[in-house]
Amino acid sequence: MAIWARELAFDRWRQAQGCKPGEGADAEPTVLIAETAHGPRIDAANAAGRAAGPARGMMLADARTLCPQIVVHPGDPAADLAFLQRLAIWAQRWGPWSAIDAPDGLLVDVSAVAHLFGGERRLLADVAARTAARGLVTSAAIAPTAGAAWALAHYAKAGATISHEEDIAARLADLPVAALRLDHDVLLVLRRLGLKRLGDLAGIGTGPTGRDALHRRFRNRKSPAANPLIRMDQLSGLVPEPLLPVIPVTQPLVQRRLMEPIRHRDLLDTVLADLAEDMVRELEARGQGARRLQLGLWRVDGEVLLRELELAAATRDAAHMCRLFAAKLDDVDAGFGIEMLRLRASWAEPLALGQADLEAAAEAHGTSLSACIDRLTARLGPEAVQRPVPHASHLPERAQRWQAPLAPEPAMQGELAFHTRPIKLLDRAERIAVLAVCEAGYPHRFRWRGEVHDIARVEGPERIAPEWWRERGATRLRDYYRVETASGARYWLYRLGLPGDGRGGEPEWFLQGLFA
Amino acid sequence: MDMAATLRALPRAVELASPGVRNTRWQPGRAAPLHSEIFAPAAEASGAGGALALALDGLRARAAANDAGDASAIEEKAILWVQEARAIKLGGRPYRAGLPEDWRHRLIHVAAKTPEDALFALEEGVRCRDFACVIGEVAGNPKALDFTASRRLSLAAEKHGVPLFLVRLDAAPDLSSARMRWRLRAAPSAPPLWNASAPGKAAWQAELFRARKHPPGEWVLREQDGRLVQLALSGQAEAEGRVPPASVTPTAPASAILSPAGERAHG
Repeated sequence: MAIWARELAFDRWRQAQGCKPGEGADAEPTVLIAETAHGPRIDAANAAGRAAGPARGMMLADARTLCPQIVVHPGDPAADLAFLQRLAIWAQRWGPWSAIDAPDGLLVDVSAVAHLFGGERRLLADVAARTAARGLVTSAAIAPTAGAAWALAHYAKAGATISHEEDIAARLADLPVAALRLDHDVLLVLRRLGLKRLGDLAGIGTGPTGRDALHRRFRNRKSPAANPLIRMDQLSGLVPEPLLPVIPVTQPLVQRRLMEPIRHRDLLDTVLADLAEDMVRELEARGQGARRLQLGLWRVDGEVLLRELELAAATRDAAHMCRLFAAKLDDVDAGFGIEMLRLRASWAEPLALGQADLEAAAEAHGTSLSACIDRLTARLGPEAVQRPVPHASHLPERAQRWQAPLAPEPAMQGELAFHTRPIKLLDRAERIAVLAVCEAGYPHRFRWRGEVHDIARVEGPERIAPEWWRERGATRLRDYYRVETASGARYWLYRLGLPGDGRGGEPEWFLQGLFA
Repeated sequence: MDMAATLRALPRAVELASPGVRNTRWQPGRAAPLHSEIFAPAAEASGAGGALALALDGLRARAAANDAGDASAIEEKAILWVQEARAIKLGGRPYRAGLPEDWRHRLIHVAAKTPEDALFALEEGVRCRDFACVIGEVAGNPKALDFTASRRLSLAAEKHGVPLFLVRLDAAPDLSSARMRWRLRAAPSAPPLWNASAPGKAAWQAELFRARKHPPGEWVLREQDGRLVQLALSGQAEAEGRVPPASVTPTAPASAILSPAGERAHG
């Protein structure tokens, strides 16, 4: 069965405006527009708008010359698609599964289902009544194949059906070729060839030569939407047409309504512990563990407080959840009391059943790594607990990135270990004043943070050129030196640029790293 | 030869009184206590480097004691490195390419905003069984790091058996319950084999000024052939390379004589 919501965008707009078709705001010529590269283009127009001139696909400027008093609203295709998804799930009331037919249609599998509704005709009447009750203008049709049902829904009069015994191609012979769900350029080619109805295509296709001619014409078109022969075969059921069903996914959710609003923290903790237990049972039934949890607290005065928690690894440990939430509940203002709590696992991952890690075991044998990292991130924030990973770059500060501690390391080419690198790198290289330079260009004495250091030993330079594919052309190169001062401290210095390289004045010196 | 050096070379009275005392002198390759403090200047990475070297030495000693096999059998556990914001500002963050080869992929870093957060992270770290060791860096003498806090850390570390090395940058030695307290600064390195004018492998001048089981002493520590070795201070009996522990010159300063019980915490 195919259901076509003819004016899906406008039906949604009317619902948002709260008016019936042809009344109130809908009585004036109105269009919904989409921004394109060439300016605003009309996405949909209401009945009054269509009567006044503007049509779908027209530029807004052209439409305004036809009908200056036109009312313009922006369209929202993403919300339309989301609405269509919800509608597809709702449409599973008529069949075991349904698929989306973007942008404004649905396909529902009603094989061997119609008798439950009293026959196909009554089923279609039910669809029309229920969609009209939802404020949608639809037309529906039933046929043995999805393509035929689509063609009937879009181009035949409402309530048409084809049963299994009938010849599909013969019944659809009078419909235009646009009923084949083809692209615009293919439709244009067919119109130029003089093939306007499905019967024309079928007539050519009878003899082997006729079908061969069409096949030669479209031999390079492999996609069904570009090849009328494939569409024709799908329509008559000679070739299967796979569809992608819509499957609703629900998030694990538990909630507690309280008889008496709670205002005190210890009661809140008790209810939270109960909720966590429920959530663990829910997750266990699905074989999943929570990665992100959201706790909603409904206050008596209607305010909703939300607390979110993200975990480093999937978990089903109620005590662990409670402990992490406890830190986030300190600033909750209960007001006149909290009457409902809802815990939702907005992100869950598969987690096999494991041996229970009791809190007592953690006390005796220590916590596990993921539990420890959860505790750290819950208090310090995710950006405080990280691990260094290598990154493909020559510049030292860019050759290291930080990522979440338990995430897998990115794949890297092996590092070349020609040069010694410092154990610690300053967040920003600090400028130093080099007081004396040897004749070989080595620094001899420098001042850093107000102290003068004499250099006893030095190795270098290690030249690191700027990454020209990333930086501006005038960026200066760096000459790195490993130095050891007279007292034994070891530093990593660099000189930015060369004297007389034409990229600025005298080169500056920086201290970037500290060796062990 | 000056008089003071000769006097320092003589055995002390407490060592003469009980013959076992002399063998309790600290040396690398022995199981280290679980809570150590390292005082180091913030303008050098000697504190972090020394802490890493001591931690690695302790882990090798543990592995050797566990299966009496080779030191390569150290379990691949993660390492927690906690830094307070001021310590990061003064000394920078750990740099992966400069860490020892087999520690690079095991490091987990915590950048704590306040000393309180750093202490929390350290305590959570030592209570986790999946960390090989925990290294902390705290600058100065924050109020939060008092004797109670340090005692908490000691007890947690000893309960769960995770070694903790707390590096104190530019700090005065205040009250603490750390089992070993070191004062570290960079020492001139040995010249490398090929380029005598280049800096060599890291060396530290280490003063053990308070320990529970060992008398105080002062040495030069250095990584050599994959082990931590202990050299006498230059200026005293110079012995290059590996020095048998019995021949190490006692170098304890007279002011740091250990109390007999070795229990009381003092600065």
